[in-house]
Amino acid sequence: MLALKNVMLRAGAATHIHDTSLALERGGFNVLLGTTLAGKTTLLQIMAGLTQPSAGRVWFNGRDVTGVAVQKRNVSMVFQQFINYPNLSVYENIASPLRVAGTAAAQLRGRVTHVAELLGLAPFLARRPAELSGGQQQRTALARALVKDADVVLLDEPLANLDYKLREALREELPHLFANRDCTVVYATTEPGEALLLGGYTATLHEGRVTQYGPSSAVYRDPVDLATARVFSDPPINTATVEKRGARIRLSAEVGWEAEGSLRAQPDGAYTVGLRPHHVRPAASAGAGVEVECEVLIAEISGSESVVHFDLDGLTWVSLSHGVHRFAVGERARFTLDVTQCLYFAPDGARVAA
Amino acid sequence: MARIRLEALRHSYLAAPAHDADWALKQIDLQWQDGGAYALLGPSGCGKTTLLNIVSGLLHPTSGRVRFGEVDVTDQPPDRRDIAQVFQFPVVYDTMTVFDNLAFPLRNRGVPQAQIAARVHEIAALLDLEPMLAQRAAGLTADGKQKISLGRGLVRSDVNVIMLDEPLTVIDPHLKWRLRSKLKELHQRIRMTMVYVTHDQTEAMTFAEQVVVMHEGRVVQTGTPVELFERPRHTFVGHFIGSPGMNVLPCELAGGVARFAGIAVPTANAATAVNAAAGSGRIEIGVRPEFVRFADGGVPVRVARVSDAGRHRIVETRHGESVIRVLLDERDPVPSGEARVVFDPRFTRLYVDGWLAGEAV
Repeated sequence: MLALKNVMLRAGAATHIHDTSLALERGGFNVLLGTTLAGKTTLLQIMAGLTQPSAGRVWFNGRDVTGVAVQKRNVSMVFQQFINYPNLSVYENIASPLRVAGTAAAQLRGRVTHVAELLGLAPFLARRPAELSGGQQQRTALARALVKDADVVLLDEPLANLDYKLREALREELPHLFANRDCTVVYATTEPGEALLLGGYTATLHEGRVTQYGPSSAVYRDPVDLATARVFSDPPINTATVEKRGARIRLSAEVGWEAEGSLRAQPDGAYTVGLRPHHVRPAASAGAGVEVECEVLIAEISGSESVVHFDLDGLTWVSLSHGVHRFAVGERARFTLDVTQCLYFAPDGARVAA
Repeated sequence: MARIRLEALRHSYLAAPAHDADWALKQIDLQWQDGGAYALLGPSGCGKTTLLNIVSGLLHPTSGRVRFGEVDVTDQPPDRRDIAQVFQFPVVYDTMTVFDNLAFPLRNRGVPQAQIAARVHEIAALLDLEPMLAQRAAGLTADGKQKISLGRGLVRSDVNVIMLDEPLTVIDPHLKWRLRSKLKELHQRIRMTMVYVTHDQTEAMTFAEQVVVMHEGRVVQTGTPVELFERPRHTFVGHFIGSPGMNVLPCELAGGVARFAGIAVPTANAATAVNAAAGSGRIEIGVRPEFVRFADGGVPVRVARVSDAGRHRIVETRHGESVIRVLLDERDPVPSGEARVVFDPRFTRLYVDGWLAGEAV
């Protein structure tokens, strides 16, 4: 198991990674989810041993590996910009980590062919990387990471440079490839949808801090704070300031609803409410909820879904619904907020009343 | 501004193309109306960048003509075509202020000072760049810089078309949404012809009024996002658009009835298919995961895997070797083990050799 204990990284006056403790599930597929510059790559480098933390320890399988060089750890890394040896064949590219490790020839051939089969590269083993498509080149880089039987595999946005459809296919394959291996996988991405579909566990990262770690679906549905909810929403989560008074939640002069459950017990005052766009639907197609009438700012139809941006008391909110719902820009339209799905946050960002 | 027509365009990067595969563009006939919002959508290698370069004048087509309005521009160099381009990576002059960046194309053309100021402020307001006009461009975020690239294209009133080549690729998802809707809003306000080149279906479908889907150097379908989604003309379009893509299942057609695994499947076009498939042809059923649901009757399947996509779940079911994906709302119950699925006949169609029955080209 890979664990970070009170790891920090400072450079001069700047803190890149704030006090972080994280124990990753062994054999699990772990996602690091955060925006660009949130600290994903830095954290991966600390895990790999490419960067030494300013403070704290890195543990692996009960051993303190802080300060142990990357060459002495059994780690594989795959980067966004796929890196292959241009003058070697695909076969030799995949075989390279085994050659470095001095693997016996008979065993080497078997392992390279097996991994090539898994990744659909068998027909291309004699080619050079430049003669492959982008997706095949990235598979070659992945194959090199797989062939090694590493204890830790670190993947830094490995699909970001690939076509949409190819990304979809590889995203489905990846967890399978690692499923029967005794290794810890860490996969960094900016995309919430990718984190969910890869399954496994997600650590959300915001401005150099891990805000939450747990099974991906649980973190998505039960964020502990506003930063996590924002990082884990695509399209972005709608937010607004609401006023709680007794059992009443007030969004504006006209719009309000009854507080449910443990929210009632919270002190009165201002809270931030978060509601994901798919819980805001055109009134005609929605079930129960609180209706608002607003001006339509932008209407987009993706074929299967409709996205409407509207003005809610000076805030731009977004509704996302299945099917085709046509709206004209500037028209006044009614939307239903499914307030049972609202997330409430205290002024300091902490989630209240789960 | 002008209507753009591409007539019988063919292009090969080889000196003496011999085979079909030697052609990057096999045959393209397209019209872009003045003021429209278009997307060119396809995987890498489909020819979309070749097409873009022919329109902008960076490439001369092997054959065929490019017309802007009534003018044949095929032999004109890029700088005579009055095209604005926005690329994947923002192109900004880092040492200049945002204002000077936006003013640059106008100063180059000797536009009077007062006119420049007015136009720059107008465009900056549209792009929410006004508060930072005096700042140096170097300090801006990636999406801020990309807005400048876009603004420099918009600031000239004499451009024929704005071509956007994967403009949001380097932008984070949460900013992508903002910038994409900004682009859409801009188009609705200024009504300049825009052509958006991308491999990302979501970007293409939300931005464009008409999406041109390309595959192996050909246009396989042009249509509104709804048409492409509800009535793909080719199984490639069904697969490429939609996430996950359309289910494509082997099928038999006998006595005007389509059967999958021996079970009759009502479709929207069985009658057409009978004629189209006359004699030979591989026949398949195409139905999107959105139009499959669990029911008491129908095709028996085994639930193999459930993926949580947040607002919905993707359920992968299997019947023998065939995979049938079902899309469920996050609140719908998910069956396990053995189950049965039915297809919505309005959105279930037969394809002959990949083409929607009766529509082969």
